[in-house]
Amino acid sequence: MTDFYAIDSALSEEERAVRDSVHRFVDERVLPIIGDCYVEGRFPRDIVPELASLGVFGANLPEEYGCAGLNNVSYGLIMQELERGDSGVRSFASVQGALVMYPIFAFGSDEQKRHYLPKMASGEIIGCFGLTEPDYGSNPAGMITMARQQSDGTWILNGAKMWITNGSTAQVAVVWAKTNGDKDDKSIRGFVVPTNSKGFTARDQKGKLSLRASDTSELVFQDVHLPADAILPKSGGLKSPLMCLTQARYGIAWGAIGAAIACFEEATSYAGNRVMFGKPIGGFQLQQARLAEMLTEIVKGQLLTLHLGRLKDAGTMTPQQVSLAKRNNVSVATDIAREARRLLGANGILAEYASMRHMANLESVYTYEGTHDVHTLVLGQAITGLNAFQ
Amino acid sequence: MKIAVCIKRAADMETRFKIAPSGTSVDETGVKFDIADFDGFAVEAALQIKEKEGAGEVTVISLGADAVQETLRKALSMGADKAVHLKADAVPADALAIARVLAAELETGGYDLMLFGRMAIDAANQSVGPMAAELLGVPCVTAASQLTIANGKGTARRELEGASEVLEFPLPAVVTIDEGIARPRLPSLKGIMAAKKKPLEVKPVQAGESRVTVIKMELPPERTGGRIIGEGPDAVPELVRLLQTEAKVL
Repeated sequence: MTDFYAIDSALSEEERAVRDSVHRFVDERVLPIIGDCYVEGRFPRDIVPELASLGVFGANLPEEYGCAGLNNVSYGLIMQELERGDSGVRSFASVQGALVMYPIFAFGSDEQKRHYLPKMASGEIIGCFGLTEPDYGSNPAGMITMARQQSDGTWILNGAKMWITNGSTAQVAVVWAKTNGDKDDKSIRGFVVPTNSKGFTARDQKGKLSLRASDTSELVFQDVHLPADAILPKSGGLKSPLMCLTQARYGIAWGAIGAAIACFEEATSYAGNRVMFGKPIGGFQLQQARLAEMLTEIVKGQLLTLHLGRLKDAGTMTPQQVSLAKRNNVSVATDIAREARRLLGANGILAEYASMRHMANLESVYTYEGTHDVHTLVLGQAITGLNAFQ
Repeated sequence: MKIAVCIKRAADMETRFKIAPSGTSVDETGVKFDIADFDGFAVEAALQIKEKEGAGEVTVISLGADAVQETLRKALSMGADKAVHLKADAVPADALAIARVLAAELETGGYDLMLFGRMAIDAANQSVGPMAAELLGVPCVTAASQLTIANGKGTARRELEGASEVLEFPLPAVVTIDEGIARPRLPSLKGIMAAKKKPLEVKPVQAGESRVTVIKMELPPERTGGRIIGEGPDAVPELVRLLQTEAKVL
């Protein structure tokens, strides 16, 4: 395991134990099948019950809701290990935990929490998160999905969401919509929408060249009738879904390092075995430079996420700090995956090796959960106090 | 059913290790430690028996310095109910000295079944379990690949070369476990959290005199490169000659 800076010594016994369990799970259950899943364009559904019994879903939420009650560093290590397998597997867990269980936990009623969280922790209910729309990605405030409250208190939902991970697998969707014709983003509220509701359709998005081992769907709501208690009562304004994204991005910052470690380890092993000009290619300066750059960025990313996790556990982490970590770690992971692919030469284009799969996956990760560019502007605003979005 | 499992903290055999400058121990820097392989199978066997019976208690016991508590907690996170740390500065090289300490603890526990790994993956003595059984005066079955308990009796299956053997024995008994038992389960994340709240008792012990001492450890010599003596059928006579005269393996 890549740990050049003995970062293990900064982890507690419990954090190491969590990491080791998920590490072994990924080695035994994900790595043997994920290349084929990717080529065939299917999410490995079979592993969902196993991930659930391992306790991965919503692992940092409290035990009273059937979750593991882990700290945020442990949660981050889980994301790192899952993405060492594949970004699609990590995305599944991120969406289930950070984007569906978290908003129900943070904004839901007691009934919603008691009903959904234990069943989502056990994998009995799969969730998806609907914020992004076909014409509103980096600008979610402009969304046009609308929920109108009827005189009896129930709701009618209309609109569409796009790029929805787990969309066609999920039994429940947390959908963000403006309310009662108010176009201001302050009217945005969250709704818990069963996917078998009349008027709810989910269509797989075809032709993906990235995250192929993940379900990505378009959701359409046509006069979907929801009970009065479908609303997340404590949600209010765009800030609520953005709080969910902060949770998910936190996990992505860790996950990207996992993908980078997978590529680095593959490249290191290949460099030691592949003989060219009479010696292993790891003995040539150009490949050593590649490996040295990869390792340096991995170590920096590991230290960044560990400290971010400590801040999150102390309750002082800011969304801007998460932006910095997501932006940096995904960017360096994308570069590391590409360099690993190149070091592997022609073999690097085969699905038998992981680097090109990670490279293609990370292009999605670079773009989702706040694009690299949007996080640049978040940081620009944090530094200067000036808003460059408008 | 009260089950005890004696486990050893040992280096993960997948990590590359070096010999310490003393030449008599392993340099532990950067080495990952875990429940010794066969001992992990023994923990799994105990948990399965308890689950099948629907009742019972699994106690894990380990001898060594404070670091063994991490190993004990791993077994607790897999599902064992309580742990006993027999605290000593080091694990002696003498199997009988280890067996005496473990047997003294096992005697006080009133266990129906006492499991060991077939051997510790590092020392590979294969003798601590049988010696403990002898000291306790109970039956012993070694290298069981299957184990069932019913009506106060145990049945164990042992795999021998090209054959197998099924044995029946009364309880209490000592059984050492081979790898045919189901693979040790991964500790779940909830199990890891629960392990922190389970009892782990620390008992200082004095291991008796060790009549065996390690005087030297060495790694196998580096493999040298092969030699190609020719290609195709023409090379066979020369290959056979060299295997006979030089390598002396034919």
